[in-house]
Amino acid sequence: MKKLLTGNEAIARGAYEAGVRYASAYPGTPSTEILENIATYKEDILAEWATNEKVALEAAIGASIAGARSLAAMKHVGVNVAADPLFTFSYTGVNGGMVLITADEPGQHSSQNEQDNRNYAKFAKIPMLEPTDSQESKDMIQAAFQISEVYDTPVLIRMTTRVCHSKGIVECSERQDAPIKEYVKDINKYMTVPAFARKMRVKVEERMHKLLEFSNKTELNYIEWNDTKVGIIASGAAFTFAKEVFGDSASYLKLGFTNPLPTEKIKEFASKVDKIYVIEENDPYIEDQVRILGFDCFGKNLFPPYGEMTPDVIRKAIFGKTNETIDYNEEKVVSRPPTLCAGCPHRGFFHQLGKRKNVVVAGDIGCYTLGFADPYNAMDFNICMGAGASTGHGAQQIFNMNKDNNKRVVSVMGDSTFFHTGINALIDVAYNRSNTVTVILDNRITGMTGHQENPGTGYTIQGMETPELDIEKLVRACNIENIVSIDPNDLTAVKNAFDWALSLNEPSVIITRWPCVLKKLSAQDKEEFSGAFQSKYEINHDKCIGCRACVRTGCPAISFDNKAKKSTISFDQCVGCSVCSQVCPVKAIGKVEA
Amino acid sequence: MVKSILLVGVGGQGTILASKLLTTGLMEAGYDVKMSEIHGMSQRGGSVSSQVRYGEKVESPVIELGGADILVSFEKMEAMRWLEYLKIDGKVILNNYEIGSISILSGKVDYPEGIVEEISSKVDTIVVDAATHAKDMGNSKVMNIILLGATVKSMKLEGIDWEKIIRENVKKQFIDINIEAFKHGMSLVG
Repeated sequence: MKKLLTGNEAIARGAYEAGVRYASAYPGTPSTEILENIATYKEDILAEWATNEKVALEAAIGASIAGARSLAAMKHVGVNVAADPLFTFSYTGVNGGMVLITADEPGQHSSQNEQDNRNYAKFAKIPMLEPTDSQESKDMIQAAFQISEVYDTPVLIRMTTRVCHSKGIVECSERQDAPIKEYVKDINKYMTVPAFARKMRVKVEERMHKLLEFSNKTELNYIEWNDTKVGIIASGAAFTFAKEVFGDSASYLKLGFTNPLPTEKIKEFASKVDKIYVIEENDPYIEDQVRILGFDCFGKNLFPPYGEMTPDVIRKAIFGKTNETIDYNEEKVVSRPPTLCAGCPHRGFFHQLGKRKNVVVAGDIGCYTLGFADPYNAMDFNICMGAGASTGHGAQQIFNMNKDNNKRVVSVMGDSTFFHTGINALIDVAYNRSNTVTVILDNRITGMTGHQENPGTGYTIQGMETPELDIEKLVRACNIENIVSIDPNDLTAVKNAFDWALSLNEPSVIITRWPCVLKKLSAQDKEEFSGAFQSKYEINHDKCIGCRACVRTGCPAISFDNKAKKSTISFDQCVGCSVCSQVCPVKAIGKVEA
Repeated sequence: MVKSILLVGVGGQGTILASKLLTTGLMEAGYDVKMSEIHGMSQRGGSVSSQVRYGEKVESPVIELGGADILVSFEKMEAMRWLEYLKIDGKVILNNYEIGSISILSGKVDYPEGIVEEISSKVDTIVVDAATHAKDMGNSKVMNIILLGATVKSMKLEGIDWEKIIRENVKKQFIDINIEAFKHGMSLVG
């Protein structure tokens, strides 16, 4: 049965066919759709959103120890969060097979950095596979579970954006039976106290020796002989990019199993070609090994150490120029940056925050990161998910060392971010009696990755109803006493909340509660937010004085006509948040029932 | 021989659905097909693209600079943004429709003028008023399928059962209008 699947869909299909019973993840581009697609196999696989990647991996480890084939998926930076359990699970090994998928982002399409997670496989001493396209994604996940169980080890699969989000034709088959293995208590294997862990460490080394033999034998690493003047060594998406440029004019060593690298196969290939190009995305991971084996090659001395190795990048690096292109006047093209949606509940909030003087805003990872941009300019820095309140706390402590300090820190994070690791940061703030203001922008869903359920929404990924976590109570339990919940579309409420919070010399939390405009409202949501998105606003051009106050809210539904000096609201886009009508000094913006 | 189609537009315009229909049709016609798209960041209103490549055997899912046989732009300015990806003897299907980015909407800069003229002077261009046609049909959202029809005709892919593909991939209540839009799009290309 042939299907057109993305790499992420193919991973899900592969997991289903491989008899996986349990899968956990935290959403993050480009990995998100892996779990979303696994979740559709409700009868056979229990899929769960975890609060963060560490929790996801730990849950999958537990499932493996209990005997089931299990999987965890995350984006590259998520593996940093999950690194702690990963390194020790490498020592204990598995019962049911366990696979960790890292979705890396060469080119940083939607990530804060571009780390090459192949280094994690080497660092954690676990085998790694690198699929090139959708078919390989499906095939390799099945191979990965076999490797995991045969060699008693977790396995890392490194995907990249172009593998995750590209579609190709995949041959699918039926689910194979992988019964849950018996659980037998074995403290020598699973208790990592030093006396036992030292023995495990020796076994890890033996395992890597066996895996090296496997790497040299397996067809996951193969040679394609053509002309031997040029030999290309490549893995992942870079292999297809290289083939696009060289076609049959070069020979290839395609590496699909890349930790440990197949030293004998590399030697065989390298000794038979005149010139070697190592084409890989990000770090010189393969190149370093080729050089250690004594072969000179063209690698990062020729190709960029960052970004995607797309065909034009390869062509430029080797031949000095890309294909011929059409000349045009680039100045005509105006940039089109991502913006907060019309009706986004973060808009009113950032509009108010951006006006505050002597406030430093510590940001976090989510849609609200866009609050840094024009017209809000309401964010100073952001580091990683969950770091808003903690970086903000650190900064505030330093500002407070200046006795004339008048700078106050406002830290912002979303609901899902709070559950991820933001809660740890908030505990730190409360415990250390910081006077920062922490804002939890609760838009009732995990917004930026495309609307995933979370502990605050009342549903699991597989649609099961579950008790909704009360953020306010949780914040109180962290020992924060100053808490206020507001509707962020109500600008006076936002202003009052800031006035109140900034007047305190102790920690406070502002919770904004209004659903993401793209969220599919549940019956409960409809009750709580009755009237949401039901009205529209329009501008009376007779009253409009062209002051642009409405435009400065940054709403994409509002446009300003430079000739007429009037603003207009797009009827199609407006969802009636009313923020523009609140900022209009001449009351020219009024409500119309949709 | 591998052919490459680059579809570009603004988030929310339905480029992804059009690409999905296109890709499904090509697969069912027996081609090897690869499709690539980039999404992530809050893309509503942002520039979006999807790339479709088909032929006997497709390697890269990504179209390189100067590599697209046809550029289908759902928005006028986006055609210009992606023009360097077109082969110098390639073809543009240009939806004569403007969506301002935030700096244009706020009146800081004007929407660029002369785009259609500049592109048509450089490359074979079919200008389509898909917004008007869609509005005439009673649903402005079918702009994307009108453009799909025009693309299919331009790439000489009429032999595929597109009606069946549309029927199987759009919501029931929108099947008829989408088929009508598709046929209309085909009729716009000579």
